[in-house]
Amino acid sequence: MAIIFAVARVYGNKPTSLLATTIVGIFRGFPAIVTLFIIFFALPELGIFFSPFWSAVLGFVLVTGAYQSEYIRGAIQSIHLGQSLAAEALGMSKLQEIVHIILPQGIRAALPGISNEIIYLVLYSSLASYIGVEEMFAVARSFNSLQFRPLEIFLTAGLIYAAMATVCFAGFKMLENKYRIPGLEAAR
Amino acid sequence: MADGEVVLKVEDLHKSYAGVKVLNGVSFEIDRGQIKVICGPSGSGKSTLLRCLNLLTNPDKGRVWLEGQEITDQIRDVNKVRQKIGFVFQEFNLFNHLTALRNVSIALEIVKKMKKEDARDLALKELKRVNLEEDAHKYPAELSGGQKQRVAIARALAMNPVIMFYDEPTSALDPHLIGEVLDVMKKLAQEKLTSLVVTHEIGFARSVADEIMFMGDGTILEQGPPNEIIENPKHEMVKQFFKRISELYRRDGQ
Repeated sequence: MAIIFAVARVYGNKPTSLLATTIVGIFRGFPAIVTLFIIFFALPELGIFFSPFWSAVLGFVLVTGAYQSEYIRGAIQSIHLGQSLAAEALGMSKLQEIVHIILPQGIRAALPGISNEIIYLVLYSSLASYIGVEEMFAVARSFNSLQFRPLEIFLTAGLIYAAMATVCFAGFKMLENKYRIPGLEAAR
Repeated sequence: MADGEVVLKVEDLHKSYAGVKVLNGVSFEIDRGQIKVICGPSGSGKSTLLRCLNLLTNPDKGRVWLEGQEITDQIRDVNKVRQKIGFVFQEFNLFNHLTALRNVSIALEIVKKMKKEDARDLALKELKRVNLEEDAHKYPAELSGGQKQRVAIARALAMNPVIMFYDEPTSALDPHLIGEVLDVMKKLAQEKLTSLVVTHEIGFARSVADEIMFMGDGTILEQGPPNEIIENPKHEMVKQFFKRISELYRRDGQ
Protein backbone atom coordinates (compact mmCIF):
# COMPACT_ATOMS: atom_id res chain seq x y z
CA MET A 1 0.00 0.00 0.00
CA ALA A 2 2.81 2.40 0.91
CA ILE A 3 4.52 1.84 -2.44
CA ILE A 4 1.34 2.41 -4.42
CA PHE A 5 0.60 5.64 -2.56
CA ALA A 6 4.16 6.91 -2.90
CA VAL A 7 4.22 6.19 -6.64
CA ALA A 8 0.77 7.77 -7.09
CA ARG A 9 1.90 10.93 -5.35
CA VAL A 10 5.09 11.29 -7.37
CA TYR A 11 4.03 10.03 -10.80
CA GLY A 12 0.24 10.14 -10.78
CA ASN A 13 -1.75 12.72 -12.71
CA LYS A 14 -3.34 15.54 -10.74
CA PRO A 15 -6.50 13.75 -9.51
CA THR A 16 -4.62 10.56 -8.64
CA SER A 17 -1.93 12.31 -6.70
CA LEU A 18 -4.46 14.55 -4.95
CA LEU A 19 -6.48 11.50 -3.89
CA ALA A 20 -3.39 9.72 -2.61
CA THR A 21 -2.22 12.85 -0.77
CA THR A 22 -5.62 13.24 0.89
CA ILE A 23 -5.79 9.63 2.04
CA VAL A 24 -2.24 9.75 3.37
CA GLY A 25 -3.06 13.07 5.06
CA ILE A 26 -6.09 11.61 6.83
CA PHE A 27 -4.35 8.56 8.23
CA ARG A 28 -1.28 10.51 9.24
CA GLY A 29 -3.48 13.13 10.85
CA PHE A 30 -5.72 10.80 12.91
CA PRO A 31 -4.28 9.30 16.07
CA ALA A 32 -3.97 5.53 15.52
CA ILE A 33 -6.44 4.82 18.32
CA VAL A 34 -9.05 7.07 16.68
CA THR A 35 -8.65 5.23 13.38
CA LEU A 36 -9.11 1.91 15.18
CA PHE A 37 -12.22 3.15 16.97
CA ILE A 38 -13.71 4.46 13.76
CA ILE A 39 -13.19 1.11 12.02
CA PHE A 40 -14.45 -0.99 14.91
CA PHE A 41 -17.16 1.17 16.46
CA ALA A 42 -18.26 3.64 13.76
CA LEU A 43 -18.23 1.60 10.54
CA PRO A 44 -20.88 -0.87 11.81
CA GLU A 45 -23.28 2.10 11.86
CA LEU A 46 -22.80 2.21 8.09
CA GLY A 47 -23.35 -1.50 7.89
CA ILE A 48 -19.66 -2.44 7.58
CA PHE A 49 -18.52 -5.01 10.14
CA PHE A 50 -15.03 -6.25 10.96
CA SER A 51 -14.00 -8.58 13.78
CA PRO A 52 -11.72 -7.00 16.41
CA PHE A 53 -8.71 -8.75 14.89
CA TRP A 54 -9.40 -7.63 11.31
CA SER A 55 -10.30 -4.11 12.46
CA ALA A 56 -6.89 -3.92 14.09
CA VAL A 57 -5.15 -5.31 10.98
CA LEU A 58 -6.93 -2.86 8.68
CA GLY A 59 -6.32 0.09 10.99
CA PHE A 60 -2.62 -0.61 11.33
CA VAL A 61 -2.20 -1.19 7.59
CA LEU A 62 -3.76 2.20 6.88
CA VAL A 63 -1.81 4.07 9.54
CA THR A 64 1.57 2.50 8.88
CA GLY A 65 1.03 2.51 5.12
CA ALA A 66 0.42 6.26 5.22
CA TYR A 67 3.64 6.86 7.14
CA GLN A 68 5.69 4.40 5.06
CA SER A 69 4.54 6.01 1.84
CA GLU A 70 6.15 9.24 2.96
CA TYR A 71 9.51 7.54 3.52
CA ILE A 72 9.32 5.94 0.09
CA ARG A 73 8.18 9.16 -1.56
CA GLY A 74 11.15 11.02 -0.09
CA ALA A 75 13.52 8.30 -1.24
CA ILE A 76 12.04 8.22 -4.76
CA GLN A 77 12.37 11.97 -5.11
CA SER A 78 16.00 11.90 -4.03
CA ILE A 79 16.94 9.73 -7.03
CA HIS A 80 18.65 11.89 -9.59
CA LEU A 81 16.40 12.92 -12.46
CA GLY A 82 19.17 11.92 -14.86
CA GLN A 83 18.46 8.22 -14.30
CA SER A 84 14.89 8.86 -15.34
CA LEU A 85 16.05 10.57 -18.53
CA ALA A 86 18.47 7.72 -19.25
CA ALA A 87 15.71 5.14 -18.84
CA GLU A 88 13.44 7.09 -21.18
CA ALA A 89 16.23 7.58 -23.71
CA LEU A 90 16.65 3.78 -23.82
CA GLY A 91 13.00 3.43 -24.76
CA MET A 92 11.64 2.24 -21.41
CA SER A 93 8.01 2.99 -20.64
CA LYS A 94 7.22 4.99 -17.50
CA LEU A 95 6.05 1.81 -15.76
CA GLN A 96 9.23 -0.11 -16.68
CA GLU A 97 11.28 2.82 -15.45
CA ILE A 98 9.44 2.93 -12.09
CA VAL A 99 9.58 -0.84 -11.55
CA HIS A 100 13.16 -1.51 -12.70
CA ILE A 101 15.03 1.70 -11.98
CA ILE A 102 13.27 3.93 -9.47
CA LEU A 103 11.63 1.61 -6.93
CA PRO A 104 14.59 -0.75 -6.35
CA GLN A 105 16.69 2.25 -5.37
CA GLY A 106 13.87 4.11 -3.60
CA ILE A 107 12.92 1.20 -1.37
CA ARG A 108 16.55 0.54 -0.50
CA ALA A 109 17.04 4.16 0.48
CA ALA A 110 13.82 4.11 2.52
CA LEU A 111 14.76 0.99 4.53
CA PRO A 112 15.98 2.80 7.68
CA GLY A 113 12.73 4.81 7.82
CA ILE A 114 10.65 1.73 7.09
CA SER A 115 12.34 -0.21 9.89
CA ASN A 116 11.54 2.61 12.30
CA GLU A 117 7.90 2.48 11.28
CA ILE A 118 7.71 -1.32 11.61
CA ILE A 119 9.02 -1.06 15.17
CA TYR A 120 6.37 1.55 15.93
CA LEU A 121 3.83 -0.87 14.50
CA VAL A 122 4.94 -3.61 16.90
CA LEU A 123 4.54 -1.20 19.79
CA TYR A 124 1.26 0.23 18.45
CA SER A 125 -0.19 -3.26 18.39
CA SER A 126 -0.84 -2.78 22.12
CA LEU A 127 -3.59 -0.34 21.10
CA ALA A 128 -5.56 -3.23 19.63
CA SER A 129 -6.42 -4.31 23.17
CA TYR A 130 -8.82 -1.34 23.31
CA ILE A 131 -11.05 -2.84 20.64
CA GLY A 132 -10.98 -6.25 22.28
CA VAL A 133 -8.09 -8.03 20.57
CA GLU A 134 -6.47 -10.49 22.96
CA GLU A 135 -2.91 -9.36 22.34
CA MET A 136 -0.10 -9.20 24.84
CA PHE A 137 -1.02 -5.89 26.47
CA ALA A 138 -4.60 -7.06 26.99
CA VAL A 139 -3.33 -10.25 28.58
CA ALA A 140 -1.01 -8.23 30.84
CA ARG A 141 -3.88 -6.02 31.93
CA SER A 142 -6.16 -8.91 32.80
CA PHE A 143 -3.30 -10.61 34.71
CA ASN A 144 -2.79 -7.41 36.63
CA SER A 145 -6.41 -7.08 37.58
CA LEU A 146 -6.30 -10.61 39.02
CA GLN A 147 -2.94 -10.49 40.78
CA PHE A 148 -2.29 -6.75 41.15
CA ARG A 149 1.46 -6.88 40.62
CA PRO A 150 1.84 -4.03 38.09
CA LEU A 151 5.61 -3.66 38.39
CA GLU A 152 6.47 -7.24 37.45
CA ILE A 153 3.67 -7.69 34.92
CA PHE A 154 4.04 -4.47 32.94
CA LEU A 155 7.82 -4.51 33.12
CA THR A 156 7.79 -8.04 31.68
CA ALA A 157 5.38 -6.96 28.93
CA GLY A 158 7.60 -3.97 28.15
CA LEU A 159 10.68 -6.16 27.93
CA ILE A 160 8.93 -8.57 25.57
CA TYR A 161 7.95 -5.62 23.32
CA ALA A 162 11.54 -4.40 23.48
CA ALA A 163 12.75 -7.88 22.50
CA MET A 164 10.41 -7.95 19.50
CA ALA A 165 11.53 -4.46 18.47
CA THR A 166 15.17 -5.54 18.74
CA VAL A 167 14.53 -8.54 16.53
CA CYS A 168 12.91 -6.25 13.93
CA PHE A 169 15.77 -3.81 14.20
CA ALA A 170 18.35 -6.58 13.65
CA GLY A 171 16.35 -8.00 10.76
CA PHE A 172 16.29 -4.64 8.97
CA LYS A 173 19.99 -4.10 9.64
CA MET A 174 20.59 -7.40 7.83
CA LEU A 175 18.34 -6.35 4.95
CA GLU A 176 20.14 -3.04 4.65
CA ASN A 177 23.51 -4.77 4.53
CA LYS A 178 22.30 -7.36 2.06
CA TYR A 179 20.96 -4.78 -0.37
CA ARG A 180 23.70 -2.21 0.13
CA ILE A 181 24.87 -0.85 -3.21
CA PRO A 182 28.64 -1.43 -3.37
CA GLY A 183 30.67 1.74 -3.33
CA LEU A 184 27.67 3.97 -2.74
CA GLU A 185 27.64 3.68 1.03
CA ALA A 186 30.41 2.36 3.25
CA ALA A 187 29.68 -1.04 4.79
CA ARG A 188 29.21 -1.02 8.52
CA MET B 1 22.33 1.19 -46.56
CA ALA B 2 24.26 3.18 -49.11
CA ASP B 3 26.37 6.14 -48.13
CA GLY B 4 24.63 9.43 -48.66
CA GLU B 5 21.33 8.17 -47.31
CA VAL B 6 19.82 10.71 -44.94
CA VAL B 7 19.47 9.29 -41.41
CA LEU B 8 18.21 12.36 -39.61
CA LYS B 9 16.50 15.36 -41.11
CA VAL B 10 15.51 18.38 -39.05
CA GLU B 11 13.35 21.16 -40.38
CA ASP B 12 12.74 24.55 -38.75
CA LEU B 13 12.75 23.42 -35.11
CA HIS B 14 11.48 25.86 -32.49
CA LYS B 15 11.34 25.58 -28.71
CA SER B 16 10.67 28.12 -25.95
CA TYR B 17 10.87 27.76 -22.19
CA ALA B 18 8.73 30.19 -20.21
CA GLY B 19 8.64 32.65 -23.08
CA VAL B 20 12.39 32.47 -23.75
CA LYS B 21 13.25 31.23 -27.24
CA VAL B 22 15.85 28.48 -26.92
CA LEU B 23 15.58 27.08 -30.44
CA ASN B 24 14.70 29.53 -33.13
CA GLY B 25 14.44 27.67 -36.41
CA VAL B 26 17.06 24.91 -36.61
CA SER B 27 17.39 22.87 -39.81
CA PHE B 28 20.03 20.33 -40.87
CA GLU B 29 20.57 16.80 -42.14
CA ILE B 30 22.93 13.95 -41.30
CA ASP B 31 23.82 11.24 -43.79
CA ARG B 32 24.60 7.70 -42.79
CA GLY B 33 28.15 7.39 -41.49
CA GLN B 34 28.56 11.12 -40.95
CA ILE B 35 29.89 12.66 -37.76
CA LYS B 36 28.63 16.15 -37.04
CA VAL B 37 29.86 18.24 -34.14
CA ILE B 38 27.74 20.99 -32.62
CA CYS B 39 29.53 23.69 -30.67
CA GLY B 40 28.65 27.07 -29.38
CA PRO B 41 28.45 29.05 -26.15
CA SER B 42 26.42 27.70 -23.25
CA GLY B 43 22.77 28.63 -23.41
CA SER B 44 22.77 28.52 -27.20
CA GLY B 45 20.30 25.60 -27.26
CA LYS B 46 22.63 22.66 -27.97
CA SER B 47 21.30 20.33 -25.26
CA THR B 48 17.71 21.37 -25.92
CA LEU B 49 18.22 20.53 -29.59
CA LEU B 50 19.38 16.97 -28.78
CA ARG B 51 16.52 16.46 -26.35
CA CYS B 52 13.97 17.66 -28.89
CA LEU B 53 15.39 15.24 -31.45
CA ASN B 54 14.67 12.13 -29.37
CA LEU B 55 11.49 13.64 -27.93
CA LEU B 56 12.70 13.83 -24.33
CA THR B 57 11.37 17.36 -24.84
CA ASN B 58 8.61 18.16 -27.28
CA PRO B 59 9.49 20.85 -29.82
CA ASP B 60 6.94 23.67 -30.19
CA LYS B 61 7.23 23.73 -33.95
CA GLY B 62 9.17 22.01 -36.69
CA ARG B 63 9.55 18.49 -38.05
CA VAL B 64 12.06 15.69 -37.58
CA TRP B 65 12.52 12.58 -39.72
CA LEU B 66 14.50 9.51 -38.65
CA GLU B 67 15.37 7.18 -41.53
CA GLY B 68 12.72 8.84 -43.64
CA GLN B 69 9.91 8.46 -41.10
CA GLU B 70 8.56 11.53 -39.41
CA ILE B 71 8.84 11.25 -35.62
CA THR B 72 7.20 14.57 -34.76
CA ASP B 73 3.81 13.53 -36.12
CA GLN B 74 2.41 12.65 -32.65
CA ILE B 75 1.29 9.19 -33.77
CA ARG B 76 4.59 7.39 -33.63
CA ASP B 77 5.43 5.33 -30.53
CA VAL B 78 7.96 7.50 -28.70
CA ASN B 79 9.62 4.53 -27.00
CA LYS B 80 10.21 2.88 -30.38
CA VAL B 81 11.82 6.06 -31.72
CA ARG B 82 14.11 6.39 -28.71
CA GLN B 83 15.36 2.82 -29.05
CA LYS B 84 16.88 3.79 -32.38
CA ILE B 85 18.78 6.75 -30.93
CA GLY B 86 21.74 6.18 -28.60
CA PHE B 87 21.92 9.00 -26.07
CA VAL B 88 25.03 9.74 -24.00
CA PHE B 89 24.60 12.34 -21.26
CA GLN B 90 27.08 14.77 -19.77
CA GLU B 91 26.46 13.35 -16.29
CA PHE B 92 26.57 9.67 -17.42
CA ASN B 93 23.26 8.90 -15.67
CA LEU B 94 24.09 5.26 -14.99
CA PHE B 95 21.64 3.22 -12.92
CA ASN B 96 23.34 3.24 -9.52
CA HIS B 97 21.86 -0.01 -8.23
CA LEU B 98 23.07 -2.11 -11.17
CA THR B 99 26.50 -3.40 -12.14
CA ALA B 100 28.13 -2.11 -15.31
CA LEU B 101 26.99 -5.29 -17.06
CA ARG B 102 23.37 -4.94 -15.89
CA ASN B 103 23.38 -1.26 -16.83
CA VAL B 104 24.04 -2.38 -20.39
CA SER B 105 21.79 -5.45 -20.42
CA ILE B 106 18.67 -4.22 -18.62
CA ALA B 107 17.11 -2.38 -21.55
CA LEU B 108 17.94 -5.32 -23.83
CA GLU B 109 15.87 -7.53 -21.54
CA ILE B 110 12.91 -5.33 -20.74
CA VAL B 111 12.70 -3.13 -23.84
CA LYS B 112 14.03 -5.42 -26.56
CA LYS B 113 12.73 -8.55 -24.78
CA MET B 114 15.95 -10.46 -25.33
CA LYS B 115 16.65 -13.63 -23.36
CA LYS B 116 18.71 -13.07 -20.22
CA GLU B 117 21.74 -15.01 -21.50
CA ASP B 118 21.66 -13.32 -24.91
CA ALA B 119 21.38 -9.89 -23.30
CA ARG B 120 24.31 -10.74 -21.04
CA ASP B 121 26.47 -11.90 -23.93
CA LEU B 122 25.72 -8.83 -25.98
CA ALA B 123 26.32 -6.54 -23.01
CA LEU B 124 29.73 -8.14 -22.43
CA LYS B 125 30.57 -7.67 -26.08
CA GLU B 126 29.65 -3.98 -25.92
CA LEU B 127 31.67 -3.49 -22.72
CA LYS B 128 34.62 -5.06 -24.53
CA ARG B 129 34.14 -2.55 -27.33
CA VAL B 130 34.73 0.27 -24.82
CA ASN B 131 37.59 -1.63 -23.10
CA LEU B 132 35.71 -2.36 -19.89
CA GLU B 133 35.12 -6.12 -19.94
CA GLU B 134 37.19 -6.49 -16.78
CA ASP B 135 34.99 -4.07 -14.85
CA ALA B 136 31.68 -5.61 -15.88
CA HIS B 137 30.84 -6.71 -12.32
CA LYS B 138 31.52 -3.30 -10.74
CA TYR B 139 28.84 -0.86 -9.62
CA PRO B 140 28.82 2.75 -10.90
CA ALA B 141 30.06 4.12 -7.56
CA GLU B 142 33.16 1.90 -7.94
CA LEU B 143 34.06 3.31 -11.36
CA SER B 144 35.94 6.47 -12.36
CA GLY B 145 34.15 9.16 -14.35
CA GLY B 146 35.81 8.04 -17.57
CA GLN B 147 34.78 4.43 -16.95
CA LYS B 148 31.21 5.48 -16.14
CA GLN B 149 30.96 7.40 -19.38
CA ARG B 150 32.28 4.40 -21.32
CA VAL B 151 29.65 2.17 -19.67
CA ALA B 152 27.05 4.75 -20.72
CA ILE B 153 28.35 4.57 -24.29
CA ALA B 154 28.21 0.76 -24.23
CA ARG B 155 24.65 0.93 -22.86
CA ALA B 156 23.62 3.11 -25.80
CA LEU B 157 25.51 1.00 -28.36
CA ALA B 158 23.91 -2.23 -27.18
CA MET B 159 20.53 -1.04 -28.42
CA ASN B 160 22.01 -1.01 -31.94
CA PRO B 161 21.02 2.60 -32.63
CA VAL B 162 20.93 4.10 -36.12
CA ILE B 163 22.45 7.28 -34.71
CA MET B 164 24.31 8.31 -31.55
CA PHE B 165 23.77 11.60 -29.71
CA TYR B 166 26.49 12.77 -27.33
CA ASP B 167 25.61 15.71 -25.07
CA GLU B 168 28.92 17.19 -23.89
CA PRO B 169 30.21 13.72 -22.98
CA THR B 170 33.53 14.90 -21.52
CA SER B 171 32.49 18.12 -19.78
CA ALA B 172 31.97 16.49 -16.40
CA LEU B 173 35.30 14.62 -16.48
CA ASP B 174 38.67 15.36 -14.91
CA PRO B 175 41.15 16.34 -17.64
CA HIS B 176 43.17 13.12 -17.33
CA LEU B 177 40.03 11.02 -17.95
CA ILE B 178 38.85 12.81 -21.08
CA GLY B 179 41.26 10.97 -23.37
CA GLU B 180 39.89 7.48 -22.74
CA VAL B 181 36.35 8.60 -23.61
CA LEU B 182 37.44 10.49 -26.72
CA ASP B 183 39.47 7.46 -27.85
CA VAL B 184 36.34 5.30 -27.71
CA MET B 185 34.33 7.94 -29.56
CA LYS B 186 37.03 8.21 -32.22
CA LYS B 187 37.05 4.45 -32.67
CA LEU B 188 33.27 4.45 -33.17
CA ALA B 189 33.56 7.35 -35.59
CA GLN B 190 36.07 5.34 -37.63
CA GLU B 191 33.52 2.50 -37.70
CA LYS B 192 31.24 5.04 -39.41
CA LEU B 193 28.62 5.09 -36.69
CA THR B 194 26.45 8.09 -37.53
CA SER B 195 26.82 10.60 -34.69
CA LEU B 196 25.74 14.03 -33.55
CA VAL B 197 28.18 15.30 -30.93
CA VAL B 198 27.79 18.37 -28.76
CA THR B 199 31.31 19.11 -27.53
CA HIS B 200 33.93 21.79 -27.05
CA GLU B 201 36.76 19.34 -27.73
CA ILE B 202 38.09 21.14 -30.78
CA GLY B 203 40.82 18.53 -31.28
CA PHE B 204 38.18 15.82 -31.53
CA ALA B 205 36.10 17.90 -33.93
CA ARG B 206 39.12 18.58 -36.11
CA SER B 207 40.20 14.95 -36.33
CA VAL B 208 36.89 13.10 -36.79
CA ALA B 209 34.04 15.47 -37.64
CA ASP B 210 32.79 15.74 -41.20
CA GLU B 211 31.22 19.04 -40.30
CA ILE B 212 30.95 21.52 -37.47
CA MET B 213 27.68 23.29 -36.82
CA PHE B 214 28.07 26.40 -34.71
CA MET B 215 25.01 27.31 -32.67
CA GLY B 216 24.21 30.71 -31.23
CA ASP B 217 20.97 32.41 -30.26
CA GLY B 218 18.97 29.29 -30.99
CA THR B 219 20.02 28.83 -34.61
CA ILE B 220 22.91 27.42 -36.58
CA LEU B 221 25.06 30.47 -37.30
CA GLU B 222 27.60 28.72 -39.45
CA GLN B 223 28.35 25.21 -40.66
CA GLY B 224 31.04 23.57 -42.73
CA PRO B 225 34.18 21.42 -42.64
CA PRO B 226 36.04 21.69 -39.29
CA ASN B 227 39.13 23.46 -40.59
CA GLU B 228 37.10 26.08 -42.39
CA ILE B 229 34.95 26.85 -39.35
CA ILE B 230 37.83 26.84 -36.88
CA GLU B 231 40.45 28.66 -38.98
CA ASN B 232 38.32 30.94 -41.06
CA PRO B 233 34.94 31.67 -39.47
CA LYS B 234 32.82 34.37 -41.02
CA HIS B 235 30.33 35.16 -38.28
CA GLU B 236 31.59 37.52 -35.57
CA MET B 237 30.34 35.37 -32.67
CA VAL B 238 32.04 32.28 -34.12
CA LYS B 239 35.31 34.21 -34.57
CA GLN B 240 35.26 35.33 -30.94
CA PHE B 241 34.49 31.82 -29.71
CA PHE B 242 37.38 30.12 -31.48
CA LYS B 243 39.74 32.97 -30.72
CA ARG B 244 39.09 32.51 -27.02
CA ILE B 245 39.52 28.75 -27.27
CA SER B 246 42.80 29.02 -29.15
CA GLU B 247 44.08 31.54 -26.60
CA LEU B 248 43.25 29.07 -23.89
CA TYR B 249 45.21 26.32 -25.65
CA ARG B 250 48.19 28.60 -26.23
CA ARG B 251 48.28 29.59 -22.59
CA ASP B 252 48.56 25.90 -21.79
CA GLY B 253 51.83 25.91 -23.68
CA GLN B 254 50.80 24.54 -27.06
